[in-house]
Amino acid sequence: MKNPAKVNEAIRHLKPQAAPFEEEMSLNFGPQHPSTHGVLNFLVVTDGEVMHQALPNIGYLHRGIEKLAEMTPYSGFMPYTDRVDYLAAMFANQVFAMAVESLAEIEVPKRAEYLRVIVCELNRIASHFIATGALALDLGAVTPFVQWLREREFINDIMEALCGARLTYNYMRIGGVSVDMPGDLPDKILRFLDHFEPIIDEYNRLISNNEIFVKRLADVAVISPIDAVNFGLVGPNLRASGIGIDLRKTLGYSVYPDFDFEVPLGKGFRGALGDAYDRYMVRILEMTQSCRIIRQALEKIPGGEYRANVKKKLKVEENEVYSRVESARGEMGVYLISDGTDRPYRLKIKTGSFTAMSIVEKASQGLMVADLIALIGSLDVVAPEVDR
Amino acid sequence: MKAFADKLFLNIFHIQAADSPYLALWYVLMMFLVSFILLNFAALFAGIASYVERRIAARMQNRIGPNLVGPQGILQWLADGLKMFLKEDLVPQTADKFIFRLAPYFVFAGLFGAFVALPFGYGIVAADLNVGIYYILAITSLVVVGIISGGWSSNSKWALFGALRSAAQIISYEIPTGLSLMLVVMLAGSLSTQSIIESQGGWPWEWFVFHSPFTLAGFFIFFISSLAEGNRVPFDLPEAESELVSGFNTEYSGLRFLIYPMAEWANLWVVGAMVTLTYLGGWQIPGVRLETIPSSVLLFLISITIFFIKTLAVVFIVIQLRWTLPRVRVDQMTLICWTYLVPIALICLIGTMIWMLAFPWKSVFGTAIRILMSTVGGSVMIWCMLRARHNYVIDKDRFEKLKGIPAWYPPWKLP
Repeated sequence: MKNPAKVNEAIRHLKPQAAPFEEEMSLNFGPQHPSTHGVLNFLVVTDGEVMHQALPNIGYLHRGIEKLAEMTPYSGFMPYTDRVDYLAAMFANQVFAMAVESLAEIEVPKRAEYLRVIVCELNRIASHFIATGALALDLGAVTPFVQWLREREFINDIMEALCGARLTYNYMRIGGVSVDMPGDLPDKILRFLDHFEPIIDEYNRLISNNEIFVKRLADVAVISPIDAVNFGLVGPNLRASGIGIDLRKTLGYSVYPDFDFEVPLGKGFRGALGDAYDRYMVRILEMTQSCRIIRQALEKIPGGEYRANVKKKLKVEENEVYSRVESARGEMGVYLISDGTDRPYRLKIKTGSFTAMSIVEKASQGLMVADLIALIGSLDVVAPEVDR
Repeated sequence: MKAFADKLFLNIFHIQAADSPYLALWYVLMMFLVSFILLNFAALFAGIASYVERRIAARMQNRIGPNLVGPQGILQWLADGLKMFLKEDLVPQTADKFIFRLAPYFVFAGLFGAFVALPFGYGIVAADLNVGIYYILAITSLVVVGIISGGWSSNSKWALFGALRSAAQIISYEIPTGLSLMLVVMLAGSLSTQSIIESQGGWPWEWFVFHSPFTLAGFFIFFISSLAEGNRVPFDLPEAESELVSGFNTEYSGLRFLIYPMAEWANLWVVGAMVTLTYLGGWQIPGVRLETIPSSVLLFLISITIFFIKTLAVVFIVIQLRWTLPRVRVDQMTLICWTYLVPIALICLIGTMIWMLAFPWKSVFGTAIRILMSTVGGSVMIWCMLRARHNYVIDKDRFEKLKGIPAWYPPWKLP
């Protein structure tokens, strides 16, 4: 919602005592609700099971990370970026590191870039596990989610072996990464990939091709390509509507141009283009591509330094930069203004979940209440990423 | 039941029950005894089913499940129940307090009343009513009264959603249930649960499910609509936890809340037993004539065991379905009922009538088709099991190769 006054008006409008039409019912969906993926609130106007309107009401998880950045040295802000998106912490690490590196003109060693790609793609797989699994969980199928958690555990183990943390990694540093990978880690990752690639087929048998699941998602909450662009959708949500924007390809940041991979697009797998099933399926297909990238990266990874020589108390000259990466939830950008001191003058994080929330109001009109859950699940909204 | 009471009276007091002045008292006493046994059976089954369901779910999801309370966690259900007893019995301030307190009793009465007419073995049934099947259908419908009044009186929107969904669902699915039961009633020529079993046989080709393609379809219709009436996945819309928080029982706590899940688990037995007795041959022992069963205690026990095994197999399948399938949407739920199940059930009804006239039960063609169908049905089932095992072995090997620890423990060595 652009206009806070409009939100307030909507809340007043939704008060049960002053319901505008006799047939309508207002419903407070969240913030304490099992399937809002964190603390989100939707103000829903329904006529029985059919929704007339669902207004997302955000701000329940605002932690002021952007303000904290103004009081923290550049190197000290890295742990905070983990908390922007706890399911895909590596991307926030990377985008902040990239922003500072381009401001301070730091050359990142090749090996560090490869390590970043490997961990980011692993993290993308782990994040898509939660996205697709939680969607199935929201539709009432518990087992697929737990099956994915089992696979995610292996990735967590790999990350733990690499940097000691399983969720909020704090792995990257300005000018590289914190530690080089242990000698046995490539072997470990390859073993996981060998194990994991056939599992995707198994998972498709379990849930993706399940007729009830398909019927619940196909042709539900269709987002047209024009809407997707107008509402600023990014990442898998945008690609599911058939628009092939993937910053790994279009921007070619880091060492992604070195790798051969495809960008899966939605094409109406079981229903209309840009429906919830497309958004789900694009994520499943992206996992395979991430596996391809990791394999190539492990093959091509060069030796040498893993971190550039950067001063601990980094001072950056007055300048500004916008850097962005393709996170698991789409384009994640950092707009950074420096003023010559050792801490940012202003930092703004742009996230995919935030823009995804904006389309809920439009896409949810005329859906059933149960479809709202499918819509939120298929948009893969993570509450802390919405509010920062 | 009455005959049994009379016989017991004669054995204990050595006079005919009809001659005794305490006849009415004796009957009331026996009634209480039987009710006590049935209620405890239902409650025990509900409790143990909850434990077993959680363990099976854990198996399906590579978890361990409850394993701390008692050996292998077998007393977990008791701990959960006790915990529920100790909780405060909260009644929301804005609720319709009288109906709110009353609603669980409807659910309780509706579900546990069904056990009266359910058989457990040869001649073992609390009341062999001559309208047994319809008695069960009628009394289980009382559950929906409890659910609707519970949801309505909670004065919560989520509970109201659950109640309304439940009303739409259970009332719609009464129709295919009734129609698919009509097939069996026609074939058996009786509504009594015991006579329906007696008109089937022990071998699979003597069960009603393989009588004709129409009864096979009727079997599936009955199974699906039983799931829907019992609020089981994929039809657990009234309490869809990811949509309606907890549905109609959102505002309940303590013992009143306990009634709802307990009735749901007890309903597992009702579903299993109904499917078994109507379509799967009930307690009939293969190769044993009906008349010989009363002469031997062993045969009695075998008949009980067979009924239990069949029922528990159905219960097992229902539990597996719950942890595999997603939930249908509310409009899809009614669509399935009115555009598929009801018309198909009607076609099956007419088809079975024609079949009964064209190929009588004992005719050569009728027998041949029954044997053929049961062979094909058995083969499909075995193929499904082998396929599940095949997939499982692949996954297990993969897991063990990666992690170096076993993915699965045998039942006698559970963690």
